[in-house]
Amino acid sequence: MSPRAAWRLESIGFTQVYDYVAGKADWGSLGLPLEGTKGARAGEHVRADVPTCGLEERLQDVRRVVSAAGWDTCMVVNASGVVLGRLGRKALGSEEEVAVEAVMTAGPSTVRPSITLAAIVERMQSQKLTSALVTHSDGTLVGLLRRTDAEAALNAASSEPSLSSQGREGR
Amino acid sequence: MPTLIDRDEVQRLLAERAQLVEVLPQPEFEEEHLPGSINIPLKTLDAETTRRLERERPVIVYCHDYQ
Repeated sequence: MSPRAAWRLESIGFTQVYDYVAGKADWGSLGLPLEGTKGARAGEHVRADVPTCGLEERLQDVRRVVSAAGWDTCMVVNASGVVLGRLGRKALGSEEEVAVEAVMTAGPSTVRPSITLAAIVERMQSQKLTSALVTHSDGTLVGLLRRTDAEAALNAASSEPSLSSQGREGR
Repeated sequence: MPTLIDRDEVQRLLAERAQLVEVLPQPEFEEEHLPGSINIPLKTLDAETTRRLERERPVIVYCHDYQ
C-alpha cells in the first residue's frame, strides 16, 4: 500500500517522498515505540535482567551465577546477544560437568516486544507456559516476560485503560 | 521516484523534521501508529487531504508491512 501512496504523493507534486516499506510491523518488532488504543505490549514488562551465558561456559559456573542472582533459568546468547538456547530448571539442576551447549534447549520459541499483553497472556495460559522469551526480530534478547507479571499488568490496565503505550523502555 | 528506506533512515529523517504519514485506514491507525505520524488513508490521498503537509519537508509514508 505504501508504494502506491508514495507514487501518488509524487503525482500531487511532492518531491521528497520516502517509503518505509517494512512499516509498523518492522518498527514494532524492534520494540520501538508505538501509540494507539491497542494496549500495553510485552516489551514494557519484560525482565531485562534475566541471566545470560555463552555456549561454551561450564554448566556448574553458570548454575552458581544464576542461583546467586535468584533465577532458575538462563538465556544462552552469542557475542551479539542473539539467543541460541535456553537453560531451564532441569538443565540447570543437572550435575553433569559439561558445557552449556550440551544441555541447553536449542532454538527456543520467542515473541516480539510489540505483541500485546492480552495476546501473549492468552498464549501463555493456553500453552501452560510460565514465561515467554522476548527478542527483537533479529534474534537479539530483550528479556523474559513472566506470566505473573503480564497477568498483573493486564489486570491493572483493565481497571485503568490507557490510550498510549510504549514498545521499548529503558534502552 | 520515491526512495525506499529502512528504519534507521526513518529515524534519521525524523530528526531532520520529516513528516510521517500512515496510509492505512483510520481504524488501523487509531489502534497502532508510529509516534508523531498523521493519518491520510490511501483511498483519500489527494491534493486536498495532503494540504496539511509541508512540501518543502521530506514526507515518509508507511503502512503495516510489505503489502
